[in-house]
Amino acid sequence: MTATALRHELLQSYAFVARNFNLTKRYWGWELVWLSYSTASSLAVTFIAAGASEVTGQTGIDVKHFTLYLLLGTLIWHFMSIMFTFVSEVIAWERWEGTIEYTLMAPVHRWVHLIGQTLYAVIYSFISTLIIGTIMALFFEINLADANFLSALVVLMAGSISLIGIGIFASILPLLYPERGAQMTHIIQAAFLLVSGVYYPISVLPDWLEVAARISPVTYVLDGIRAAIMDNAPLSDMGQYVMPLLILGAITLPMGVWAFGQAEHYAKRTGKLKRVG
Amino acid sequence: MNAQPEIRGKQDDQNALIVSDITKIFHIHKQPLWRRVLRRPSTPNNNQRQPVTAVNHASFEIKRGEIFGVLGPNGSGKSTLIRVISTLLIADTGTVTVFGLDHIKHEMDVKNMISRVSVDAAFFKKLSPLENLLYGARLYGVTGREAERKAYEILGRLGLDKSTYRQPMEEMSRGMQQKVAIARAFLTSPILLLLDEPTTGLDPRSKREVRAFVEELRDSHDATILITTHDMEEADVLCDRIAIMDKGTIVALDTPEGLKSRLPTNGYKPTLEDVFMDLTGNVLVDKDTLEEPELHLN
Repeated sequence: MTATALRHELLQSYAFVARNFNLTKRYWGWELVWLSYSTASSLAVTFIAAGASEVTGQTGIDVKHFTLYLLLGTLIWHFMSIMFTFVSEVIAWERWEGTIEYTLMAPVHRWVHLIGQTLYAVIYSFISTLIIGTIMALFFEINLADANFLSALVVLMAGSISLIGIGIFASILPLLYPERGAQMTHIIQAAFLLVSGVYYPISVLPDWLEVAARISPVTYVLDGIRAAIMDNAPLSDMGQYVMPLLILGAITLPMGVWAFGQAEHYAKRTGKLKRVG
Repeated sequence: MNAQPEIRGKQDDQNALIVSDITKIFHIHKQPLWRRVLRRPSTPNNNQRQPVTAVNHASFEIKRGEIFGVLGPNGSGKSTLIRVISTLLIADTGTVTVFGLDHIKHEMDVKNMISRVSVDAAFFKKLSPLENLLYGARLYGVTGREAERKAYEILGRLGLDKSTYRQPMEEMSRGMQQKVAIARAFLTSPILLLLDEPTTGLDPRSKREVRAFVEELRDSHDATILITTHDMEEADVLCDRIAIMDKGTIVALDTPEGLKSRLPTNGYKPTLEDVFMDLTGNVLVDKDTLEEPELHLN
């Protein structure tokens, strides 16, 4: 690829980043609503730890440990789920706005399109998670003195790659099912929430659900980040979490982009790019 | 745009667009998915798919610099034809060649050459005209600064007030939105412009402004234009040649004068509308009363 072609494609990717930033800016009222809702949800879940002794009547519970466990769960889930939503709704957004035909007839390679959408997803998710984390720090006494942030960041990045691949797969649904595809992606998201050990260890799940947990990238992200933040696990210990994530990413990303191309071809053949749904 | 020099080199071809034997048939479910699933397999007509021929062996050529009109009643296949040419639909048979390039094999190159304005202005309604135009221009590789300069120029040329440039599109009238859609198409300097009922819903003054701009684009920017419209006067004034479609088939193709000369004078000079009525056998009816069949896409 020549430098001119690369610049051209970077500019095209930036088109999606800038457009999404403008949409966030214009929908600021909704952004505020969702941020408030997400903050309240995170606080509500984390307060469960504060009330654990009172609810169970047991005094031996390590409330600080439990609080941090739930807090990390809510924050990581917020980051991963928002990112997944942004990627999986790449087509659904266009349908809602009525711009699907305009965007898909532009001379943009689909991977360039998806990179732009994904880049904004990561930036947006990171900033909103940071805001919620800051607010939560005002409510709970959190000791992060022993946290290894570098290890946590590496796991988060590796996890993002694999989840983006699955998100691209999910984004096919609104392409194939104009009217109900977007709702179908929420089912995938709900399945991740159930099996990945966001608020509890996966060992409490029935055996068959535990198998599903082992193929969910969110499980490895949660385990890895909890180990890094709560147990000060060094970077050298992160291999057990990062490797499965990278393997999943190496499979899901290229397959997701390929499958998206096939689905787009099918939609063009059957006339499903109509701006309905 | 990086691909532009190569594409520009192909403009020497006499034909800007060759549509050859295009057929598009949709298979429409008579009933939505849930009803098909719930019904017993033995139920008569269960899951039956009804073929609807939207475009039937359409063939024509458009010369470089020509304004080519496609007329036809609602549901006659005009928009489907434009969707096929603009790579949004894959035809069942036939080929489309844009400045010598097959639009499937050279999809990206062809996409770089064309722009489309549809009857519904497709915009991010919360974004301003300027934000929408910058987004569109960047998709075609135009830098933000250059796009902004051109956007101001074109929007001003189309008579849009400067105060509207940064207000959400949803606060603008349908006519103003359509002007922005036309500005967006012009921003990327297309050499083949597909206009699908671009003046529908515009007031007479706006219609004239758009027509003037279309002609200017053809004359100054060497663009070739394919336009569909229900406005017979517009087609008569603008188009060098006109194809009339009915039920997916091109039933006539000639210059406006050539089409009109097909009818007997009977004491007065036939209009294009008379020709349209004669060839399609339909009366011009309101869009709401004659729609395409409902597609159950799920």
